[in-house]
Amino acid sequence: MQAVEDRTGAGSAARRNSLKASASAFSPPSPFQRGFDVAFRGLSLALAGSVIALLLGIVYQVMAHAAPAIRDLGTHFLVETKWNPNKQVFGVLPEIVGTLYTSCLALLGGGLLGVTTALVTSQGFLSRRWELVLKNVIELLAAIPSVVYGLWGIFVLIPILRPVAKVLHEQFAFIPLFETPFAGPAILPAALVLAVMILPTITAISREALAAVPKRLPAAAYGLGATRWEVIFRVVIPTASGGLFGALVLGLGRALGETMALAMLVGNANVYGWSLLSPGSTIAALLANHFPEAGPVEIRALMYAALVLLMMTLIVNLLGAAIMARATRGLKGLV
Amino acid sequence: MDQVATGEDFRASSAREGAATHASDDRSVMNCQIQSLYYGQFLAVRDTRIPIASKEITAFIGPSGCGKSTVLRCLNRMNDFVPGFRLEGEVRYRGQDIYAADVDPVAVRRTIGMVFQQPNPFAMSIYKNVAFGLKLNGFKGDYAERIEQALRSAALWDEVKDKLHHSGLSLSGGQQQRLCIARAVAVKPDLLLMDEPCSALDPIATRRIEELMLELKRDYTIAIVTHNLQQAQRVADRTAFLFVDTSKGGRTGYLVEYRKTDEMFSDPAEQRTKEYIRGEFS
Amino acid sequence: MSERAIVRPRLRQPELDAGLRASHDGLRYSLKHRRTLLDAICTGVAFSLAGLALVPLLSLLAMLIVRGGPLLNLELLTGLPPAAGMPGGGIGNAIVGTLIVVGIAALFSVPFGLLAAIYLAELGNGSRFESVVRFAAKTLTGLPSILAGVFAYAVVVVTMGRFSALAGGIATGTLMVPIVTLTAEEALRMVPSRMRAAAYGMGSTRAQVALFVVLPAARPAILTGVTLALARAMGETAPLLFTALFSNYWFQGHIDQPIASLAVLIYNYASSPFDDLVGLAWAASLVLVSLVLVTNLVAQWLTRRPIEH
Repeated sequence: MQAVEDRTGAGSAARRNSLKASASAFSPPSPFQRGFDVAFRGLSLALAGSVIALLLGIVYQVMAHAAPAIRDLGTHFLVETKWNPNKQVFGVLPEIVGTLYTSCLALLGGGLLGVTTALVTSQGFLSRRWELVLKNVIELLAAIPSVVYGLWGIFVLIPILRPVAKVLHEQFAFIPLFETPFAGPAILPAALVLAVMILPTITAISREALAAVPKRLPAAAYGLGATRWEVIFRVVIPTASGGLFGALVLGLGRALGETMALAMLVGNANVYGWSLLSPGSTIAALLANHFPEAGPVEIRALMYAALVLLMMTLIVNLLGAAIMARATRGLKGLV
Repeated sequence: MDQVATGEDFRASSAREGAATHASDDRSVMNCQIQSLYYGQFLAVRDTRIPIASKEITAFIGPSGCGKSTVLRCLNRMNDFVPGFRLEGEVRYRGQDIYAADVDPVAVRRTIGMVFQQPNPFAMSIYKNVAFGLKLNGFKGDYAERIEQALRSAALWDEVKDKLHHSGLSLSGGQQQRLCIARAVAVKPDLLLMDEPCSALDPIATRRIEELMLELKRDYTIAIVTHNLQQAQRVADRTAFLFVDTSKGGRTGYLVEYRKTDEMFSDPAEQRTKEYIRGEFS
Repeated sequence: MSERAIVRPRLRQPELDAGLRASHDGLRYSLKHRRTLLDAICTGVAFSLAGLALVPLLSLLAMLIVRGGPLLNLELLTGLPPAAGMPGGGIGNAIVGTLIVVGIAALFSVPFGLLAAIYLAELGNGSRFESVVRFAAKTLTGLPSILAGVFAYAVVVVTMGRFSALAGGIATGTLMVPIVTLTAEEALRMVPSRMRAAAYGMGSTRAQVALFVVLPAARPAILTGVTLALARAMGETAPLLFTALFSNYWFQGHIDQPIASLAVLIYNYASSPFDDLVGLAWAASLVLVSLVLVTNLVAQWLTRRPIEH
């Protein structure tokens, strides 16, 4: 009774193993094997469930530790701007604003660059080989640890920005974006580094969205005498728009969760405003800076802040996943 | 302002440039003269010379792999998108070689329309699909009138006139293909290329499109690739028969015979043609 | 024959439309035409933007080599961090610490993720539960890394009453679990069904098929996924900030004590007023990025196509 012929090398080792596994190829599994089977399946089921438990556990732990602070501080926590452990005053408004502001700015820059890079590497501008090279180079950006980006930001980006910021502040201070002097660590360098960090995510997902457009649609547009960019703007991007939007939302989710580079670059000042040149703060940076030295009361407040961050990222990521799901469903009519 | 050229203008401009016209029929819109066509190292087509006569339907027939689609796609430089494509020879469009070094392929495609094997309407409304080419070329006239005209030419108007803003994808296969035809004729192309337009459709839809082609012939020049000999007999004025040459180990297409359709089918000049036709009908 | 008469629009010769007129140069490529010019401009802008995206990468790699490279020597790799303000010193304990923390994280997350993946790919039955598990894993990939640290703090540090390498490992492991689960599931799914059919046909149980047939076949792809997760874990700082903290001494064998790591060292020294320590931060960055890149390359090498016979 010869098993199904299998031509790949990997199969023969597996087949030998499975022959070992059933004591004899002709008899049903022994009681030990049945027991093992049940135990193993139970174990893997338990661990699969533990993934859900892990997620719920994280949410629960944060909520549980934040509960006393929620009780004491209430929603005032969300609009208070001072953070003073000694006086038991805690508020995260600057952090919430800072998180949203830096993330949205990063999305602007990273989104534009990311989608453009995805277009350049997928619409026939380069040979297949170069497309692959660039794809790998962009993924290199994703491999670099956040803390190294922070180091680079401090010693390369901020010094480069200084003269530029000086000019912007001196000449254009009437524009709210430039109304404060440049201190070094500030919103602008933080947002720029963040943009670079979310770029690989946006590029990768955008490439997938663009690849999902069936080739016969651009072909029809070329047949009508469109230039390459007319095909891209009038056919490819509109057709891929759902997936591209999803890429942006997921990029935003990544930006919201980013910690180290921001902690090192945003200035950790309890202020908020429109100025790009002013320092600011984000929730993740707040946690990074205060947690190690915090006393029990402050920790509860920090847990409250962590809960706010958790909710923000959960909502944005869920939104992104829903948009991507809808986008792939929408393309079903074409595929 | 950049706008679509029409056939009249090409004849005029080529006369102005004093381009030497080849020893070709003065009524031919296109004169395809392929010596060799390569994809990388692979010789796909050789020695194929086919004129496309004005206001007629010219059919390319032959077994699979004989290069008929490849030759068709040479006529509007769609083969440019295939990596490694190289043409030795020339393709003269109203006297100008479209493979000359300084030619813009986009300009070539503006006055030559194409309908593909698989219907490929855009993911937009029917209205926007037909209007696409017009908008692209900066059409300044009455869009609604032009779109109705095009949809009537494609025998689709009555079926969609009340749902112009529905998605083009909501139509049936045969309707989608007629939409693609409407989209192509909306810009009044000098030449319409059709690459096996009916092969993805059922027999009833196929017959409708064949009838359509005979109507369109009054106003447009058409070149069609088909694997269906009866279809070629039904619609084409002239037919080019291509075959596969395997003598040197590869598969290279070449032109066997090009004649008026009824002559080719009733009394083929070449032995190959005789065998092929008989083979297909037996 | 169709019954409906085809309405023929009475077109004349395609003549000069009022709306569509000839372009003067016919078929020649010319930037004088607005559409051609726009196309060329867009291409230029797009390539410039894409190039812009590469500038930070090149700058960063250059800085690592220029600032960190000269400091690479044996003392650096085998020594301990210096006292504040003193020159010299090394990052040896941080290198070891990173490896230990990632090791603990792997011990925690790889069996966890692998078994969960086996359930999803082999032993489940397409139920609602399965989709929920997958959804939870996908959501966990979006978890901010600092919250993994917060979680491990709440669960491990508070319980143990002290900061520890174990807590750091669990925090980092929490970030790895969803990655391992999802990539392993994909790897398992790619194993062709006929292998499973062969084994079932011989009377194997589902556990046997999963463990002895599918898992070995998917091993290269799983290893790649795990290696990529490890590469990411090496660079994570936030989970370690208030779990494993930092230490200026070598690892003594106790995982219930704080431990050094390259990531935290870089964070601490980046804002140091002492140039020597900043230099150590650059050197540590170079070592860390090299480790991550090598690990990534190993991961890619693991899924190179085997020679077909």
